[in-house]
Amino acid sequence: MSWLLLRVIGMKRPFSRRACLGALLGALACKSEAPAPATSTATPAAAAAAQAAAKEELVVFAAASLRDAFGNLKAEFKRTHPNLELTFNFAGTQELRAQLEHGAVVDVFASADQKSMDQLESASRVRKPAIFARNEPVIVVAQEQASKVSGLADLPALDKLVIGVPDVPIGRYTEQILSNANKTLGADFSSRVQKKIASRELDARQVLAKVMLGEADAGVVYRTDANSAHDKLAVVSIPADMNVVAEYPLAVVAAAPHPALAEEWLNFVLSPAGQELLGQAGFLPPAVAALQ
Amino acid sequence: MTRGSDTGPGRRAAPSARAARRRQRVEHSVLAGAGLLLLAFMAAPLLGLFATASFRDFVAGLQHPLVWPALRLSLITTSASLAVVVALGTPLAWVLARAQRATRLVETVLELPIVIPPAVAGIALLLAFGRRSLLGALYPPGWSLSFTTSAVVLAQVFVSAPFFVQAALSAFRRIDPHLLLVARSFGAHPLRVFARVGLPLAAPGLLAGALLSWARALGEFGATLMFAGNLEGKTQTLPLAIYTAMEADLRAAQSLSIVLVVLALLLLVGVRALLRSLDGGEVR
Repeated sequence: MSWLLLRVIGMKRPFSRRACLGALLGALACKSEAPAPATSTATPAAAAAAQAAAKEELVVFAAASLRDAFGNLKAEFKRTHPNLELTFNFAGTQELRAQLEHGAVVDVFASADQKSMDQLESASRVRKPAIFARNEPVIVVAQEQASKVSGLADLPALDKLVIGVPDVPIGRYTEQILSNANKTLGADFSSRVQKKIASRELDARQVLAKVMLGEADAGVVYRTDANSAHDKLAVVSIPADMNVVAEYPLAVVAAAPHPALAEEWLNFVLSPAGQELLGQAGFLPPAVAALQ
Repeated sequence: MTRGSDTGPGRRAAPSARAARRRQRVEHSVLAGAGLLLLAFMAAPLLGLFATASFRDFVAGLQHPLVWPALRLSLITTSASLAVVVALGTPLAWVLARAQRATRLVETVLELPIVIPPAVAGIALLLAFGRRSLLGALYPPGWSLSFTTSAVVLAQVFVSAPFFVQAALSAFRRIDPHLLLVARSFGAHPLRVFARVGLPLAAPGLLAGALLSWARALGEFGATLMFAGNLEGKTQTLPLAIYTAMEADLRAAQSLSIVLVVLALLLLVGVRALLRSLDGGEVR
């Protein structure tokens, strides 16, 4: 119970117990699944060479919302890289960007936010970012209030709403969704919602925690967050014409100590096998144009 | 090193005195060196904070839109939590200092908030006082403690009280029991002994503890965020404002941090000066 709560509030630990568990479950699940993914260099010879080689290392900084999905991806990736020591650092995108800018030694950066990636790219800290997934904001509702909410229009009727601060991606998307909704739900809709806001949290996980614990009546989080707790709260979709879907870019860090391996991870995430695992966690595939 | 030739076998007495002095000096410098190492380590982040920012950054920090509401809220809530901690913590420490039994257990329980990570303390507060807690069932419909300014104060009380109670406890324990016995034997009631003998004698320790506890409450972040949330003017204290600013701009967060550090330094130095003048330098 307690470690579950810790997980929910997004305790920032580089070695997550859940990620390990996820990796384990992923490994078990994958045994009964489709054949191993064909990564760019995973010819039998290369795999054998990798096996013979000394320990490989890869450090991946990833947005907190990727925790479960990347845990599963890691298990699959390790099938072709048995000697790989893959270390994740899951945290808020802004925090990871700050760590990167202050000299953290990283191979791959996966952001929940195009803006952060753009800033890193214009500072030449990352190379050629590619969108690898999209994540759709949804409304989560505490069980006590579940019967009262069937859509965005019901939010002002609740007492305590929790959303992200406008400076973090989920908060920015929420603000955009509310102002989009003004067109169909009345020009004062977003201000009616603002009046009921009890707290502006620093990431989606904090929003989720407050709703899961029943302290907040409802909040807006990513589909992947909602999926991870679907049995403890109600999930209500936001109509596509009002929704703002988050795009997740991924890039090899310019100063990566293991650029070749980083490239392989990137290709694996974009591969059909990687996309399948991301889809299972609730991510949407990138828009067709982005995949090329 | 140039005296290497002095320590010949023929000149034993004088060099041994000199050697003893030298040894003393070495031991002193080892101790001082170890101390300085820690001091340098503790000062480095503070220097980093100030050295990479100019006075203009400090002014920019003061002008940041999040600062004033947060500063005001921090001062109000930490004053309230300090009042609660002192008003309830002093009698508790007094009783504990006099008690014979179960004090170890009680002391340990009181120390736990120092060990628990603040975010977990916040969760624990939610589980104890949240809407779904046993207590929550008694709340009026639609009402809750979380997300209120009172929740900020409670979070601060929870994390800062141990510092005050510890200091008060050791201050009360240092009082010569005979003084209290004498007061009682002259017919003073227990409350009078506490107010007229115990409190004045322990005052320096109590004030030092209050200061430490206040400083802890001022910096409180994790439990507040979890239990009280983050809403400007209502639950967003200065540390939360700093973290919020960091999401947008690291430099703004740095400016705000400098404001917090300067404020804390001013208050700490001020109160210590006050203490010294009250008390003839007993508390340094």
